[in-house]
Amino acid sequence: MSSNQSNTQNGSEQKKNVTDSTQTSLSKKTEITIPEFESSIVNQLVTKFTDKIVQVVYVRPGRTKILVPPNEIVHVATFIRDTLGFDHAESVSGTDYPKDNQIEVIYHLSSYSDEKLSSHVLALSTRVDRNDSRLPTLIDIFKSAEYHERETFEMLGVYFEGHPRNERFLLPEDWADIPPLRKEFRIKGR
Amino acid sequence: MENFEQKFDETIKRGLEIVKETEEDRLMTLSVGPQHPGSGHFRFTIKVDGDYIVYCDPDPGYVHRGEEKMCEYRNFIQNIPHLERPVIHDSTNITYSYSLAVEELTNIQVPLRGQYIRALASELNRQVYTLYWLGIYGIFLGHSTMFMWPVGDRELFIDLLEALTGARVTHAFNIPGGVRNDMPEGFKDRCLRQVAYFEKRLVEYEDIFYNNPLFRQRTEGVGILTKEDAIKLGVTGSVLRASGIPFDVRKAEPYDVYEEIDFKIQYMKTCDSYARSMVPFLDMKESCHIIRELLDKMPQSGEVRAKLQPNPKGPAGESYKRVESGRGALGYYIVSDGTPKPYRVKLSVGSFRNMLALPFLLIGSKLADMPSIYWSLNYWPVEADR
Repeated sequence: MSSNQSNTQNGSEQKKNVTDSTQTSLSKKTEITIPEFESSIVNQLVTKFTDKIVQVVYVRPGRTKILVPPNEIVHVATFIRDTLGFDHAESVSGTDYPKDNQIEVIYHLSSYSDEKLSSHVLALSTRVDRNDSRLPTLIDIFKSAEYHERETFEMLGVYFEGHPRNERFLLPEDWADIPPLRKEFRIKGR
Repeated sequence: MENFEQKFDETIKRGLEIVKETEEDRLMTLSVGPQHPGSGHFRFTIKVDGDYIVYCDPDPGYVHRGEEKMCEYRNFIQNIPHLERPVIHDSTNITYSYSLAVEELTNIQVPLRGQYIRALASELNRQVYTLYWLGIYGIFLGHSTMFMWPVGDRELFIDLLEALTGARVTHAFNIPGGVRNDMPEGFKDRCLRQVAYFEKRLVEYEDIFYNNPLFRQRTEGVGILTKEDAIKLGVTGSVLRASGIPFDVRKAEPYDVYEEIDFKIQYMKTCDSYARSMVPFLDMKESCHIIRELLDKMPQSGEVRAKLQPNPKGPAGESYKRVESGRGALGYYIVSDGTPKPYRVKLSVGSFRNMLALPFLLIGSKLADMPSIYWSLNYWPVEADR
């Protein structure tokens, strides 16, 4: 099913780029080709920032993910907004990796103003040290990240420098435990 | 019109002010909620200067259940029943994108008839949700007929879904690989009959509610969210479409069979509370067409779900899938480490994203406009809290 759907998206993407073989890509169910439009976005990023800064994690139809170091995330995000045209954050989430001693923070960015990008979600991710998890906030670039970052702060303990409110949001007021989405937090009895 | 950045920073600053409790005597602090005076287990603190709201600070979390943490303890299939709890009225849509994401991770193909049935179930469920929302919207604007009618007509769709899924509200119908069971005998005719009846009712809704001069007075020109602001705030669903942006995930990124379905994105350009309450209504009308078209194009027989392994798992990887729910784009970000249990599940829900617009719109508006702005945001507190 998944590749079927991915190819369907691929088909619609290619229609916009006025390339042929929409039908053939629909009929091929298992094979996923690297889509042109998506790779052009990634290429722009890599050309601008070099592959030392922007690591491409994957390029799939409609989805791309890049990994950048924390100190460069503001520059990359500004470029993504101003040049590539992604204008809002759909979600900001964090994943805890105790084995690597890192927390990955990932911004899912999308666009309303550019119709070509509407089927596309760009995942901008960065990894911070678990013991000193500080990140510059992206609230000045994507205002829509405000509550999402605040949630990430309380759920994973990632402090967003420059965010006006790194404080409790969804959890109880008297919450006095470690951030619950860290892996060492266990649900009682499990 | 002051510029967006200034207004946004001011909104945050005023939210902080509320916490500090340093008001002058003339300002009165009001706590709206969480005991359901029209907010639905959600609290926001406002300060009023005479008739006008000058500070606003949303305080969600009264119904936070820790869905994302719970997901890490259960396998992909066990997660379905508890994941629909955030919006039981829209339970098919909230499990829809979860199923899509798990299908991508575990590489499951859904049979065509299964795709049609779950699109049908999600359209019916969207009607159920929107009618419920409309009922509450009506009662909190003091229009009790608009509470009785939608809640009564909602039963039609609940009965249809009961026949289809076996449960009235919490269906757990979507599963990775398709739907749990096939349509019952004679379902198509029954569905068409009730949709035809419902379309007649929609005309009456428009007459009694949307064309009601009192309702229009209270909502027209109230809580203006301009197109540019809507984009920057990243709102979604009916709130976004009411600000003149024709964005619908079903069109922008068609999933399952939506690419085959011919429908229009309903949007309005007036950007006010009236537009935000009208767009879900127009969506309901459009949904009736979609239901008819789905029933028409559906293959008459065939499998409805793929055969699953007892404990499905795929290679390590991640997936982000979104669908259009009653409240806007609903995305799941799932990270899998190759075991049958997800490593991390994140729900990006429409209510949480639309909440950002609440203080933004309330500051500067009259206290009397608060209900019409709050409910027009199509906000479901339980979903925002997860």
